[in-house]
Amino acid sequence: MHIAQNWRLKAQRYRLVGEVCEHCGAKIFPPRDICPNCSHSAKESFEFSGRGEVYSFSALSETAEKFQRFRPYTMALVKLEEGPLVTAQLTDVEPDKVKIGMPVEMVTRRLMEEGNEGIILYGYKFRPMLDKVA
Amino acid sequence: MLKSQRSVGIVGYGAYIPRYRLPAREIVRVWEGGVGGVPIQEKSVPGLDEDTITISIEAARNAMLRAQIDPQQIRAVWVGSESHPYAVKPSSTIVAEAIGAAPFIQGGDWEFACKAGTEAIQAGLGFVGSGMADYVMAIGADTAQGRPGDALEYTAAAGGAAFVLGPAEEGVAVVEASLSYVTDTPDFWRRQGASYPSHGQRFTGEPAYFHHITSAAKKLMAEMGTSAADYRFAVFHQPNVKFPQRVAAMLGFTKEQYETGLLSGTIGNTYSGSSIIGLTAILDVAKPGDRIFSVSFGSGAGSDAFSLQVTERLPERQKLAPSTQTYIRRRKEIDYALYSRYRGKLLLA
Ligand SMILES: [Zn+2]
Repeated sequence: MHIAQNWRLKAQRYRLVGEVCEHCGAKIFPPRDICPNCSHSAKESFEFSGRGEVYSFSALSETAEKFQRFRPYTMALVKLEEGPLVTAQLTDVEPDKVKIGMPVEMVTRRLMEEGNEGIILYGYKFRPMLDKVA
Repeated sequence: MLKSQRSVGIVGYGAYIPRYRLPAREIVRVWEGGVGGVPIQEKSVPGLDEDTITISIEAARNAMLRAQIDPQQIRAVWVGSESHPYAVKPSSTIVAEAIGAAPFIQGGDWEFACKAGTEAIQAGLGFVGSGMADYVMAIGADTAQGRPGDALEYTAAAGGAAFVLGPAEEGVAVVEASLSYVTDTPDFWRRQGASYPSHGQRFTGEPAYFHHITSAAKKLMAEMGTSAADYRFAVFHQPNVKFPQRVAAMLGFTKEQYETGLLSGTIGNTYSGSSIIGLTAILDVAKPGDRIFSVSFGSGAGSDAFSLQVTERLPERQKLAPSTQTYIRRRKEIDYALYSRYRGKLLLA
């Protein structure tokens, strides 16, 4: 695991901090400093609400070694309410209950850990919107 | 009693409880051949990607939704727990980053068995009360472990609560006063590096739980000149259902006063989250003018007692974040096998 690289990404990982284009107003995630809509430079940071819906998904049972511990789980493309699409793991939901268009919200969870002695990596996942399930 | 020169209040509060539930009858089935009574109905179990840090983050976000302040105004983020994911590396720094409060803050992890969270709250009362800070985030959260087959396994659960403390004028509740009672009592402990705690069996009741809670509670009420009848609600540390019911009766509180905050029957003992998650459930329904009496208990041992009064600002804040009962209703039952996997009780040699 690249500790320095993950450390630099902590604002976007922990809080969904992206950017907003001062030129056309487009919201950008992940941050890339150039607006994908109008190609102007975009450096003003913007914290997303974390709300969105499932745009597409696939259930994974065979996964990379570092994610074995969490299987089976679902990877989804989530359409944030501000516009951008984000790839993320879904949590607190059984794979057979996931549907396209399902309202979801961002939570910060354990993404992976390096054995029992290494660093624990935390970051965003999405779960079914709480007020829809309780 | 502890009372600051500048009056302090709870500006925002929030809870978090994981969605998985292990019914106590599952433990009876596996360990007692299906025969025997149970101390609670079921307990909350954290998912594979949850720990004290992730629980603290969601509880803190809920507290921020109700506090309605800029996270950069927070001057301290303190997390009380006996299950910090790291032995060395603070939980508080990760929580502070996740809520946007870093970097000009105090950060630290607190430990005092199940009263680590209320100890952090008291430190926050001092920090705000002295005028050194305007806002403090104080959290109590745990993912408690019980040795398989041990009595504690029925109840050891997961959850947490977070409080933004600030000037009383902005509070949804004012902290009227607080008081602690602490002695060296070896009722329950876990040595460095040990996976599961040990306890002094029958020693955990009278000389530990009941003695410390009643001592702190009686002294605080005596110094304030209040009695049980002055409070609409009361909440106590809840390692099971019977202990808090009995200690409430010993102090003169009725079922009507303690039932709103007594959650252990359906979520178990959330350790550092226990009495304070109960407090959040009370704040979800309390009305302006209501007084609340709250006492934690931490093994080793000690109790922190608090006297609170709800202000007219509470009703408008209650709906700004999910209620504690919402998390209790969000429920996915699991069996002992899945529980063993979720809690890392299976060793893959
Ligand atoms: Zn643009």
